[in-house]
Amino acid sequence: MRGYVAKRFVIAVVTLVGMSMVIFSLMRLAPGNIVDIIFESAGYVDQADKKQLEHELGVDRPIPIQYARWVGELLQGDLGKSYRYDMRAWTIIKPRLPVTLELAGLALLFSVLLGVPAGVVSAARQNRPIDYVLRVLSLAGLSMPSFWLGMVVILLFVRSLGWIPSVTYVSPFDDLRANLWQFVVPALAVGYRSSALIMRITRSAMLEVMREDYIRTARAKGQRGTLVVWRHALKNASLPVITLIGIEFAFLIGGLVVTETVFNLPGVARYLVDAIQFRDYPVVQNLVMFIAIVVVLANLTVDLLYAWVDPRIKYGRA
Amino acid sequence: MARVVGTVELAAPSLPAVEPRRRATVARFIRRQPLGAAGVVLMVALVATAVLADVLATHDPIRTSSSVLMAPNADHWLGTDNLGRDLYSRVIHGSRISLAIGVASTLLGAVLGGLIGLVSGYVGGTTDLLIQRLMDIMQALPILVLALVLAASLGPSLPNAIVAISIPIIPRAARLIRASVLAIRELAYVEAARALGVRHPRVALRHILPNTIGPFIVLITAQLGASILVEAALSFLGLGIPEPYPSWGRMLSIAAAEYAEKAPWLVIWPGLAISLAVFGTNLLGDALRDTLDPRLRGS
Repeated sequence: MRGYVAKRFVIAVVTLVGMSMVIFSLMRLAPGNIVDIIFESAGYVDQADKKQLEHELGVDRPIPIQYARWVGELLQGDLGKSYRYDMRAWTIIKPRLPVTLELAGLALLFSVLLGVPAGVVSAARQNRPIDYVLRVLSLAGLSMPSFWLGMVVILLFVRSLGWIPSVTYVSPFDDLRANLWQFVVPALAVGYRSSALIMRITRSAMLEVMREDYIRTARAKGQRGTLVVWRHALKNASLPVITLIGIEFAFLIGGLVVTETVFNLPGVARYLVDAIQFRDYPVVQNLVMFIAIVVVLANLTVDLLYAWVDPRIKYGRA
Repeated sequence: MARVVGTVELAAPSLPAVEPRRRATVARFIRRQPLGAAGVVLMVALVATAVLADVLATHDPIRTSSSVLMAPNADHWLGTDNLGRDLYSRVIHGSRISLAIGVASTLLGAVLGGLIGLVSGYVGGTTDLLIQRLMDIMQALPILVLALVLAASLGPSLPNAIVAISIPIIPRAARLIRASVLAIRELAYVEAARALGVRHPRVALRHILPNTIGPFIVLITAQLGASILVEAALSFLGLGIPEPYPSWGRMLSIAAAEYAEKAPWLVIWPGLAISLAVFGTNLLGDALRDTLDPRLRGS
């Protein structure tokens, strides 16, 4: 077990180091440096001022030194400074974190609550009408852009119920009902897509497990059908589902980028879009790295959970 | 087909002999994969719309007029947008952008990824290990986030959007082709080819690569839908296709959201077009996977 855990940790760290290099290089694909961008809007450029700022930000140093400096700052928990707001990036991100976490958490909850039962039912009734209906519904979920689904739902609410999406964010600690009202629809819009993937993997895992001998044995000794499906089969079909939920977490963050924009929720993902649009590149670089860290941690958690759930996994070699 | 059967059929004109059999194959596909057949219909409709866009469109998709935000009527079948452009013609022409970008970026990403996967799986050893780690790293970012950052760094243009969307496909294609190559590499015929003195690059390209075509086709169909969705999201955020190209995602952005209440058709039609196009690729992709991947047959 210890060898397995250590190996997973090493892989996570290697991935993060590589990720930081990729992100750092990506941000330098654009012509010109951050100082050019800052000075672009100003009509008159004093070369001395520009040199001064370049020196202050360290962009006149060689690339490897710039990289080392960035990683050094990151390791100290410094997410840099936003040029647009002239503030520390962390001061902007911190109040936005709970918004994104709540949205991601609710979306994940919905996707599991909808996806797993749908997958089980679909597998238990393979090729019956209900299976087709659920499969088409899940494919539809994978086919609709979540931001469009969000827009349509808002439109329906506005036109039929006269409901107006609130412009400002309400904290759950101030008014839980208003907060949930604000989050349920966007979380469902994001969660629907993920639930479709979870449903599909649950279905195929269940179909595979249901062909095993022990299921036939359980049925042969007279166990009730529903019990066999929900207890005996689902337990062993849950492994690929857990893996997928971990991977889905990454995609969920991708979905949040547009959803937070559509629903006007002041989360981290929307700040990323803002920062990209205003070319606040140091913030973009740090936010993308931040997302990479979250994704890698999610994957690591799944790897560890996987080993813990399935005793058949050989810790040394996995 | 006739050549395999025998000399008798070779002599006869092959068309009449093949036709009924082909029709039977189509009928069997529809019976076994009704959803896949629906996917084929949707895909054919999409391609036909893109090819015949100039014929199908009733107006110039980018010409503005004074009749702004008109509700659907006899002249403007789906209404007009805030700049007085005919929405029906824009949605029709949008199929070209979606299909062109979707196909181009998917092929680019899948071919590059496929070649990387081929090298990784065939060469093995340290090369394989290094490539796999690199692919892990590329996959550690959500597709949309990676495409977003790429699109932002490269700047909004048609070729840049294609590159930005294709890069996240590379690790997924590489991993898939590598897995097939690993299995095929161990087969006896590959050993036989080597024993006959065929050089490595030729074995890899001529003997192994053609046999990965099944999973490759499945990957391309599945990724096509994903690429169309990413393009829509990028354009929606203003980082994909620049104006005045009529892109479905772009049509849903700022203007549509702002006028949604007054002109809901601006929101409904472009989104429905995206959803139907992606739905088609997904239906077809599923059916192809079931047909081409024997491991999944019956599931």
